[in-house]
Amino acid sequence: MCDGPLEGVRVTEFTSAWAGPYATCLLGFLGAEVIKVESKRRIDHARFMAFSTGKVFSGPDESSVFNSLNTNKLSITLNITKPKAVDLAKKVIKESDVVIENMRPGVMPRLGLGYEDLIDVKPDIIYLSSSACGQTGPEKGNVGYAPNFAASGGLCHLTGYADWEPSGFLGAIDLRSANTAAFAILAALIYRQTTGEGQFIDMSSQESIAILSGDAFLDYIMNQRTPMRQGNQDDFKAPHNCYLCKGDDKWISIAVGDDKEFQSLCKAMGKPELANDERFSEVKNRWDNQDELAPIISEWTKDQEYYDVMKKLQNVGVAAAPSLSPEGLFKDPHLNKRGVFMQVDHPNLGKDWMVSPPWRLSETPASIRRHAPLLGEHNEQIFCEMLGMSKEEIKLLEDEQVVY
Amino acid sequence: MAGKALEGVRVLEYCSMVSGPYCTKLMADLGADVIKIEPPRTGDEARRRAPFPDDIPHSEKSGLFLFLNTNKRGVTLNPEKPDGKKIFEALVKEVDILVDATPLGEMEKLGLAYNHLKKLNPGLIMISITPYGRSGPFKNYKAYPLNTAHASGQANMLPTPSPNLERPPVKVGGHSSRYDPGVIAAVAILSALYRQRITGKGQFIELSRQEALNSIQRVESVTYANDNVYLTREGPKKGRLSTMMLPCKDGYVVAVIPLDHQWEALKKLMGSPDWAEKDWCRDFETRNENAEELKKLIIEWMMKHTKEEICKKGQALSCPISPINSAEDVVNSEQYQTRGFFTEITHPKIGKIKLPTAPYHFSKSPWSIERPSPLLGEHNEEIFCKRLGYTKAELLRLKTDGVV
Repeated sequence: MCDGPLEGVRVTEFTSAWAGPYATCLLGFLGAEVIKVESKRRIDHARFMAFSTGKVFSGPDESSVFNSLNTNKLSITLNITKPKAVDLAKKVIKESDVVIENMRPGVMPRLGLGYEDLIDVKPDIIYLSSSACGQTGPEKGNVGYAPNFAASGGLCHLTGYADWEPSGFLGAIDLRSANTAAFAILAALIYRQTTGEGQFIDMSSQESIAILSGDAFLDYIMNQRTPMRQGNQDDFKAPHNCYLCKGDDKWISIAVGDDKEFQSLCKAMGKPELANDERFSEVKNRWDNQDELAPIISEWTKDQEYYDVMKKLQNVGVAAAPSLSPEGLFKDPHLNKRGVFMQVDHPNLGKDWMVSPPWRLSETPASIRRHAPLLGEHNEQIFCEMLGMSKEEIKLLEDEQVVY
Repeated sequence: MAGKALEGVRVLEYCSMVSGPYCTKLMADLGADVIKIEPPRTGDEARRRAPFPDDIPHSEKSGLFLFLNTNKRGVTLNPEKPDGKKIFEALVKEVDILVDATPLGEMEKLGLAYNHLKKLNPGLIMISITPYGRSGPFKNYKAYPLNTAHASGQANMLPTPSPNLERPPVKVGGHSSRYDPGVIAAVAILSALYRQRITGKGQFIELSRQEALNSIQRVESVTYANDNVYLTREGPKKGRLSTMMLPCKDGYVVAVIPLDHQWEALKKLMGSPDWAEKDWCRDFETRNENAEELKKLIIEWMMKHTKEEICKKGQALSCPISPINSAEDVVNSEQYQTRGFFTEITHPKIGKIKLPTAPYHFSKSPWSIERPSPLLGEHNEEIFCKRLGYTKAELLRLKTDGVV
């Protein structure tokens, strides 16, 4: 049973990979019904490839990645290069509140499924197009994946060590864009509640990343100075870094905000006199000399388990937390108690682990209700039950590779 | 006349620094009426953060504060005082949404917990953003953004690819990991608002920063649980050529080429060199076996060309290649400028200044700046006198008493 706040909202999506699908997945967590329009002609590559692990799947219904990003959704197959399929898509859209697509600019209008086409079908439709650089501008035809947007959005330059190359980025970049797209759609839904009007939203992936370091542009705008990567370093807090603990690649993050916290840290390390060391006793000196301080802290942490260090420091009011790997996260006692990881039954994957939705709503909770759909799993439900077509009609359309 | 997506939506912000303010900024910029509460005399911590024009600290000239608080009305209020609590309650009665980012337990101490506030305003949607949530063994632990970034799994994978595991994992650059929870919160808030406008009922939303950041790592986070894979920042063992960070004449570019036709495009970009026609380049497998050598040859070519040249030509061939942009590059980018990603405003203390806008263009209810970020206590009279009915004399007394 679903009781999310968006119960009654229907979204039809023409998206693939990570950013588009996760945007609607978020709406689905919150109770919206999401219909994913797919095709055997061009299957979402997340069904076949896991970028993060390099794993490749033999069939379209075996991907844990696809499962994670498309949970709760319904899947229909429509080969939208065929006019009859476009007509059927329009019939589904007529029953929908929102359409979202992430193809290259111009593709959907060419197929007859652009915003201008759809307002004839549903005048108050909310239509979001998500593209690499936006629908306008000299680079509107650009192609890219998450690492590209992280690069052109400015985040790579800012991340990593000062004396090393910029960091690359992976899928989390797409999930950031997805959150922004979901927010934009919701704002349009509120506007429609007030005015009865839908609208078109043009979203640029690279801009959705750039805005998340919006303040970084201000230093250049104000002072013609470009922020550079600085590892874990803070603008004035010190110590503020990760320190090696016992085991394989185990690090504890420690951040000290003021002199009082620093004194507590020194005491916990069994070096109370360090708090009076003129190199470190005050905020400014401590920051200037943080490279001298680091090995002293590492010497103390290196033979301890990181949860022990966390406990010792938290007990005296110092902010410390382990740097958790996927294994670390899965085993973390706090996340376990919070029920952050849950298993979802999947016909091919068995019990598949997933991360629960991040918000807890008191009256209308977010939820994961079922696994991601098998390819075309809901053709009958949508075409027959929702649109009133007969099974024979569908069979004919399958033969014509319209429902395909 | 263009509408405003969130016109009529009323928000009260009781936050400082980045996450909460960015969340309400998203809404304010789309027309919501946002009142920001700051501590009397000292104001939001962000006012003391760089960048400042000419590096001269000034509480009305912080670029960070300026960017994060556009379109809001600002008041000063101390809810710890009995009169301050009364005013807070009076404000809550008039809003749809309250965004609270105070430490766990603080609102309870103030007598302003949700259970009390909902009696004053049954339609109130209140969100609480804390580092570790409101339950679990670590719920009272102290955390700065560095700690939640690492405890969420987000930082553990960076920088990627790392040459080895001897140097610590790092958080995303700048304040990025503070922006993320802000967007994620906004998605739940607007969903709850959608529902509230139908039923009249509000609700309480809990968001843990650790879980918010983990949610955008949701694919990586379950790789250990589902596949027993140990992902690290060293990057995948296979597919080293699929994503490449390449130094070039004036910086770096990133190329993402998992597919054959993209490799062909890259070859063409480099003028179809002889070495690329040899057997070791014939398919994905052989190329990856020779990744190190091939990368060296590619870099040799890249070093002779600029970011702009490489990406312009590469994208024209549909190669997913993008420049590593710094803040300067983004501000000066033709694409960003054409899209109107930056706009100029006039601020009472700074004068004319460019600010980033938003990554989305709404056709009927566009983003706009109606007012710059507020001066400290700028709207005390407007809100306390005009809206709540206090006289100017009463306001003066409240000021002397340290209530406002």
